[in-house]
Amino acid sequence: MIALSAQALKVAIAGVPVIDALDVAFNQGCWTAIVGPNGAGKSTLLKALAGLIPSAGEVHLLGQSLQTIPLKKRAQQLAWLGQEASIGGEALSVYDTVMLGRLPYQGWLSAPSQLDHEVVAHALLQTQAWDWRERSVNALSGGERQRVLLARVLAVQAGVVLMDEPLANVDPPHQADWVNTVSALTREGTTVVSVLHEINVALMADFLLVMDAGKVLHHGLCTDTNTHRAIETVFNQRLVVHQSENGFFANLQR
Amino acid sequence: MTSVALLCLGISIGSAGWVSPVDAIKALFGSAQQADFSIQVVRDIRFPRTIGAWLAGALLGFSGALAQGLFRNSLADPYLLGSASGASLGVAIALVASGSGVATVDWFLRLSMTGAAFVGALLAVMLTMLLAHGLGHTLRLLLAGVVVGVVLGAATSLVALMSPDILQSMQSFSLGSTAFVGWESCSLMLAALVLCLTMGFVLSKALDGLTLGEHAAQSLGFNLPIIRTVLVLTLALATASAVAQTGLIAFVGLAAPHVVRALVKVPSRYLLILSTLVGAVLLTSADVLARGLIAPLELPVGIVTALLGGAYLLFLMHKQKSVVTHAARNSK
Repeated sequence: MIALSAQALKVAIAGVPVIDALDVAFNQGCWTAIVGPNGAGKSTLLKALAGLIPSAGEVHLLGQSLQTIPLKKRAQQLAWLGQEASIGGEALSVYDTVMLGRLPYQGWLSAPSQLDHEVVAHALLQTQAWDWRERSVNALSGGERQRVLLARVLAVQAGVVLMDEPLANVDPPHQADWVNTVSALTREGTTVVSVLHEINVALMADFLLVMDAGKVLHHGLCTDTNTHRAIETVFNQRLVVHQSENGFFANLQR
Repeated sequence: MTSVALLCLGISIGSAGWVSPVDAIKALFGSAQQADFSIQVVRDIRFPRTIGAWLAGALLGFSGALAQGLFRNSLADPYLLGSASGASLGVAIALVASGSGVATVDWFLRLSMTGAAFVGALLAVMLTMLLAHGLGHTLRLLLAGVVVGVVLGAATSLVALMSPDILQSMQSFSLGSTAFVGWESCSLMLAALVLCLTMGFVLSKALDGLTLGEHAAQSLGFNLPIIRTVLVLTLALATASAVAQTGLIAFVGLAAPHVVRALVKVPSRYLLILSTLVGAVLLTSADVLARGLIAPLELPVGIVTALLGGAYLLFLMHKQKSVVTHAARNSK
């Protein structure tokens, strides 16, 4: 079943076309990593899929046109983690920041419910951020902050999760934890689409979407050799994908 | 408690001499045995003035917290969108039209001047929004606010230069003063404060969402264009209400949220309320100081807030530097 799709998607920024007539579909319960060089339109595609920027064409979320879904309901079905690394919440604690993920379930004036608190605690434990719950978000390092923001996304409990460079500043052990978290999410039926620059992490996904110049160069299984060749092509043969006992990995060519 | 103590102090101090808080309160309820003059001074001048300072400070504290949340910048000021310069121009035009200065206008003219400041502030904010092509882009909005502030400031100076009679009044307005605040002004500010606090309270979750960035806030189900419009109008109303009654009072709006954040880490809902209270306490304290420091003369309250606020910001800079140095040492 298709969880998220776009047909004839067009996005222009300041009058300049960034994405032109793009068709794409993401399977439910799968993790798709979007890769490509800088300026390929990866983040723009993700924002357009989330309905965060104006676009032409059709986007469907869980079988329904994105435009027709009420904002609150859409926020419960689709969670977004962007590149906006700076958190303006000087006054917010880690716990309060993760609680923001429960806003789609709360009324304008209502206080968080018992369920909200349970979900937030679970998300904090899942990302190993529970111990910092009382600290100010701005007192954390970049990698720690990314983990808190991941917890915020998990707290939404959405069926579709879009993440733009979620591993920026995250150290290798916690990158591995992130992969485990995403794998657990997809096992539960959540669809995850992430823009990644860490090609070796991207190669652990179910599917890879290789983009260049606002177009999809290739969309296929991570295990498919055509996918590997597409990666090598889009990065001008500066990367070579190899197979090992543990899976696939990319080597940088000097 | 602090507010009550300051209110008692505020009605006791003034150029007409010290009246003990007990006598001042008795005067308010008509049971004092003092001379009529003291009773009148306390009832008709000091009491509305002190309440007015509290309300104006509350509005500025609230505006500061709202502006900093809305623009995701802890150095954002309530006057950012050009409301202060718009209010100044409104007052300058009203003074020229009335042909007199602040000290000599009657109540009718004073109220129309207040209205002119209010309309000027609102028009300036609308002009900022127009130049920024709406409220969708924070940086564009801030830049448009700076442009409007500079241009309207120049226009105010031009009006003042062409009508030298109003120069002294305009100077008094630009330094900020609570000396002319009466019960009408207090009623207006109270109404604005209740309305703005209600709006801020209702939209506080959107302000919390905005701390994550505009796209993240949008993804949480908030209709940002509408919410931002309401928040900007609320900000304009709160700022314009205070500026129209007391002139340009610096630093209260900037400092109040900083004081709160230095003490507690709370979501926007509580930050707005606490900043409102801290702003009220700051301006009432400054007003008491302005009246008491060189009594029987008094300083413009804007000068006192500028000195205190400047000192506080220097302290913050020093504190931040110490924290950074300490963190750098620890990381080695």
